[in-house]
Amino acid sequence: MSDRRTLYGPGDLGRLTYERDLGDPGAYPFTRGIHPSMYRGRLWTMRQFAGFGSAADSNRRFHYLLEHGTTGLSVAFDMPTLMGYDSDHPKALGEVGREGVAIDTVEDMKVLLAGLPLDRVTTSMTINAPANVLLAMYVVAAEEGGFDRADLGGTTQTDMLKEFIAQKEWVVPPRPSMRFIQDMLVFGTRELPRWNIISISGYHIREAGATAAQELAFTLADGIAYVQAGIEAGLDVDVFAPRLSFFFDCHNDFFEEIAKFRAARRMWARIMRERFKATAPRSWWLRFHTQTAGVSLTAQQPLNNIVRVALQALAAVLGGTQSLHTNSMDETYALPTEDAVRVALRTQQIIAHESGVANAADPLGGSYFVEALTNRMEDEAGAYIRKIDDLGGMVRAVELGFPQREIADASFRFQQALERKEKIIVGVNDFVVPEETPIATLRIDPEVERSQIERLRQVRASREEGAARRALAALKAAAESGENTMYPIVDAVRARASVGEICDVYRAVYGEYREPAII
Amino acid sequence: MPEAKIRIVMAKPGLDGHDRGAKVVARALRDAGFEVIYTGLHQTPEMVVTAAIQEDADAIGLSILSGAHMTLFPRVVQLLREKGAGDIVVFGGGIIPGEDVASLKSAGVAEVFTPGASLETIVRWVREHVKPRGVRT
Repeated sequence: MSDRRTLYGPGDLGRLTYERDLGDPGAYPFTRGIHPSMYRGRLWTMRQFAGFGSAADSNRRFHYLLEHGTTGLSVAFDMPTLMGYDSDHPKALGEVGREGVAIDTVEDMKVLLAGLPLDRVTTSMTINAPANVLLAMYVVAAEEGGFDRADLGGTTQTDMLKEFIAQKEWVVPPRPSMRFIQDMLVFGTRELPRWNIISISGYHIREAGATAAQELAFTLADGIAYVQAGIEAGLDVDVFAPRLSFFFDCHNDFFEEIAKFRAARRMWARIMRERFKATAPRSWWLRFHTQTAGVSLTAQQPLNNIVRVALQALAAVLGGTQSLHTNSMDETYALPTEDAVRVALRTQQIIAHESGVANAADPLGGSYFVEALTNRMEDEAGAYIRKIDDLGGMVRAVELGFPQREIADASFRFQQALERKEKIIVGVNDFVVPEETPIATLRIDPEVERSQIERLRQVRASREEGAARRALAALKAAAESGENTMYPIVDAVRARASVGEICDVYRAVYGEYREPAII
Repeated sequence: MPEAKIRIVMAKPGLDGHDRGAKVVARALRDAGFEVIYTGLHQTPEMVVTAAIQEDADAIGLSILSGAHMTLFPRVVQLLREKGAGDIVVFGGGIIPGEDVASLKSAGVAEVFTPGASLETIVRWVREHVKPRGVRT
């Protein structure tokens, strides 16, 4: 924020009244937290995002993380999977297993989940365009492993609006994407009582260059669009809203980030109660996962990143996060090594068990500065949300390129400020060392791509081809009609149809999305 | 004689959607007076090369953050040579480990900008190393 003053006092609180605008932790509008005792009752979930190479490689990393005290799993998929292409697609060349794990069929999912207690751990899957396919694979893999689908707990990201806005991994255009999400909400409500179907994500919006206020505004506006979609699908808001969760970035500006989290809770509670007339208190809760800001880490003097992550993680905890991923110091180069991941996890454990900050709920509540920043975040984000409402809602705003352009402008301004040294990044534009000492990084063996393609071919060769074809045809018929697509997707997955084959059905029915290029 | 405007195709080969860097560099080059054509995301090397030839580009700027640079950058250079357009200058940037830079350069990538490269450095490099194709021999 630009016009910060040195001293804040009672005059900066403006309209603020305790009962109406803050409330005790656990009380509406939840500015101070969603639980009365916050971390005294239960610590946040330490959830480290992982996934690379083959399903077997990633499965080993999950077991390693669980042995070291991580309490929830989080799966990163490779680019071809995120875009709904099989590993043998020409566009997958060079990308298989590089930025996450390669999953083509349910056979890979079974290897990924081997030996994991799926009725006890919760699994978060960062998957969007083909989220319905990967969710179906998780369900089928778990059922074939002897678990009951009703016992499966976790989250699929399924936030396509932020894909169109920022992360840019898509298959079909915005409107059919929203229809798939409706089908998933209905399926989740009926079949998966412990699954969070959507994680409404500001993380990627921020990483693409948005300001804190833009991250907050666009994320809540996306949330509004999903709630609207759920209601339009015939669901009772109080049935599905309690299982919506959020995912925010935690960047460098310590107090601004804390204010962002507090404003987010207050705004969402009011949106749910006043705009959508939700009556269940759980519908008013903004529960969120936080990840420290990957984009803030520097390739220069990478050990400094440990300090950045520690400060960001502390802000997330002071802001009342429900779960946290701490980035590893080597992530500007590659996926993290085990050593780097361990330091990142230890950072959370030190905050939780040594620093004492988890003892009191919302310890910064009542600070003139933090309350003034919280009000300001709410005002700035509120103005954006009104603008998006005026455009006709977020789906329309995305089609018009509005949030995309706002983010591109903000990121260009940031880069200019950096070059003019109006902002200092230690080791980048000041305090530079002439010779950098290289650090060890994780290398992905190119052999992964070849063996993954081989695995996929074996699955295709050994499945009952007629059954797979029939399942894909049934899915196409459902996509063309108004039927819920989730059930035929589960059938297709069980018949060993691949991610690419299923997404080809989507592409055939709805066409492929092409982004208007905005610079 | 007025200087011919240098045309640069900025492209994101591969599947990663991290287009922040590509867009910021595209805008900086445009502001510096170059003509910039941004292809958008998820381009195959074939699509990038076709665009560069159709647009009569003098240079191609590639951005990649997925780790697939060792496959995709050399492929662009190779396709340009196959199509008789090997004089189009190829430069790139992204999350590229130091040890990969030398092999990319020996594969014909003229320059590789790694994290922390300033816009000023990139603009200056383009000014010094990219000339209108017709002018070169």
